[in-house]
Amino acid sequence: MRVGLLITCLADLMRPSIGLAALKLLERAGCDVVVPSTQTCCGQPGYNSGDRPAAQALARKLISEFSDCDYVVVPSGSCSGMIKTHYVELLSELPEARAKAEWLAARTWELTDFLANVVRLDAIDVRFDGTVTYHDSCAGLREMGVKNQPRELLAKVSGLSIREMHDSEQCCGFGGTFAIKYGDISVRLADLKCDEVAKCKADALVLGDLGCMLNIEGRLRRRGDNRTKVLHVAEVLAGMTGEEVE
Amino acid sequence: MEITSAHFKKVAGQKLADKKVQEALARAKGKFVVARAKAIEELDNFEEIRRAAADVRDHCLANLDQYLEQWEDNATAAGTIVHWVESAEEMNRTLLDIATGNNVRKVIKSKSMLGEETGVNEYLERGGIDVRETDLGEYIIQQAKEYPSHIIAPATHKSKDDIATLFAERHQRPRLDDIAQLTHEAREILRPHFLDADMGITGANFLVAETGSTMIVTNEGNGRMTTTLPRIHVAIASIEKCIPTLEDLSLLMRLLARSATGQSISNYLSVTTGPRRDGDSDGPEQFHVILVDIGRTRVLGSELRPALRCIRCGACMNHCPVYQNIGGHAYGWVYPGPIGSVLTPAYVGLEKAVDLPNAATFCNQCSVACPVKIPLPDLMRKLREKQTELKLAPAGQRVAMRVWAWLASRPTLYAWATKLAARVGKIAGGRQGLVHRLPLVGAEWTRGRDLPAPRGKTFREIYAARKRS
Repeated sequence: MRVGLLITCLADLMRPSIGLAALKLLERAGCDVVVPSTQTCCGQPGYNSGDRPAAQALARKLISEFSDCDYVVVPSGSCSGMIKTHYVELLSELPEARAKAEWLAARTWELTDFLANVVRLDAIDVRFDGTVTYHDSCAGLREMGVKNQPRELLAKVSGLSIREMHDSEQCCGFGGTFAIKYGDISVRLADLKCDEVAKCKADALVLGDLGCMLNIEGRLRRRGDNRTKVLHVAEVLAGMTGEEVE
Repeated sequence: MEITSAHFKKVAGQKLADKKVQEALARAKGKFVVARAKAIEELDNFEEIRRAAADVRDHCLANLDQYLEQWEDNATAAGTIVHWVESAEEMNRTLLDIATGNNVRKVIKSKSMLGEETGVNEYLERGGIDVRETDLGEYIIQQAKEYPSHIIAPATHKSKDDIATLFAERHQRPRLDDIAQLTHEAREILRPHFLDADMGITGANFLVAETGSTMIVTNEGNGRMTTTLPRIHVAIASIEKCIPTLEDLSLLMRLLARSATGQSISNYLSVTTGPRRDGDSDGPEQFHVILVDIGRTRVLGSELRPALRCIRCGACMNHCPVYQNIGGHAYGWVYPGPIGSVLTPAYVGLEKAVDLPNAATFCNQCSVACPVKIPLPDLMRKLREKQTELKLAPAGQRVAMRVWAWLASRPTLYAWATKLAARVGKIAGGRQGLVHRLPLVGAEWTRGRDLPAPRGKTFREIYAARKRS
């Protein structure tokens, strides 16, 4: 089973441990993982900013980079959602590219969904001592149907217990460029999320999208919360929650 | 209505800082979202009904010309006088003509967002007509000389205290602070107006083609009195409200009140077919319907057509995290929230509402809640594309996207640039690994947040090094 790993541009630059964790999880599950070295960005920033040609160019580049894979797995609901639910529309006026987009969309999975439903990971041999709460990122939840998958997987981690926060499905206010175009509104939404995280008193906030992680962690730290860890679900499942990435 | 969407950012900022508005919004969120969630649980096939409703609305829109003509034939046969108008000015003038032609001095009005679009109250008042809003929320707004902040709960931004003070001042009576008493006082004040009004104006939730009827839902009964008591009744309806049959109406009714207020059905549902007939105990002597375009046909022929499915329940705004925190006024026109972010640019002009399609996180809560499955984020994205095409998007953003796409299309160069950024970012993050202050566009990020810093190396360089070893 040839699995293409799309790191996402954000994790590549900001938090490589997410990519390393995803790689480790897929390899342990017995996948033949390929990481196309020319991959950059799925095109979502351009798509959502109204720059369709820019998004189309990056979408076509990504499609060709992953064209020899049986699956494309992405440690992000947002970027996997872009491929799975938006590429076909994005390339609709280009029939040949559109057909390829359909092909790729059918093979694209969000990481936890893939681990839970394709490779059906049953044992996870790592430890995490503490309580975690899970934030459902919007695209993962509403575009990719990711809800129970990460929770089921986290429940297999020994020492870990899950405590649900109130309104875990509410948007954190990241929204891509929204966060820097409407900073005040974005921060308000992040604040409401931080309030719920604080009330929940978990040791770590776990989620599946780096954009939301940066937004929520950034606000938590600015509010003076240096205690609550903010971790990607892949990092927890791979036992890579320390600071060192290599 | 005057459009003030250009001040979106400023007004949103004011609303975020306004404690009273924030309290009112928190109350409304708790009420609407929770009530809707409970109400749809009553339906064991909510998703099927939603799909069917979206299909019905799509079918109507695809065959709108045919259903409107069928509606007109049946309405005319029932004695209704039908007027077709294209613009807001034409609609207002038609209303004033009907009023002055029939010596109307006083008009009572039940809620109509279309009326808000055209500023009909001010127009009729300038023409010497006394206009009284009779929906409690609209009445409050009219007394306060404000605009609605929500399409079904127009005064939702006001607290009970605001209203108590307003009523005491306007009614010249002692201040009350019990909601039931306040409502009773408004009823007392309104009752004589119902009885001596010459003309009633209502909107229309739907037009039913097979019977030539108009239809409204209300909770207070004011709509029923507006359609039956005055000697003239005029319904103003935008053309996209036309649906084929009563059967379709009953399908949509299963969704409207549930999505709006969480009720299984509204308290009143009035279907009006023609004026009073011989032997009828009540009803108007004349029944006029003004069919209004104001931009609808333009939208019908555009890629924004799905927005015309809207049944005006307000679920999209109730579920929108942005609306929940800034309220409706910041959107600057009749329709706030996600549907407003599509309709305002579509009806009033994209250049007058540049912020609206952008002021959304694309969290998708709106389209998931929408009873007729309008893909609101997709439509907002279409408007963003249009803004880029027309160079309405900020120049900085357009250039940044071009540069980003150019760089991301060149993997070798991109690798070098990101390696450099990862290193600089790590240094900037210091021991804590947090960047407290970013330059340029990043400043908007760090004004309220830190940025967790990059770790010094990119994933791809770590991976390449591993492959080599």
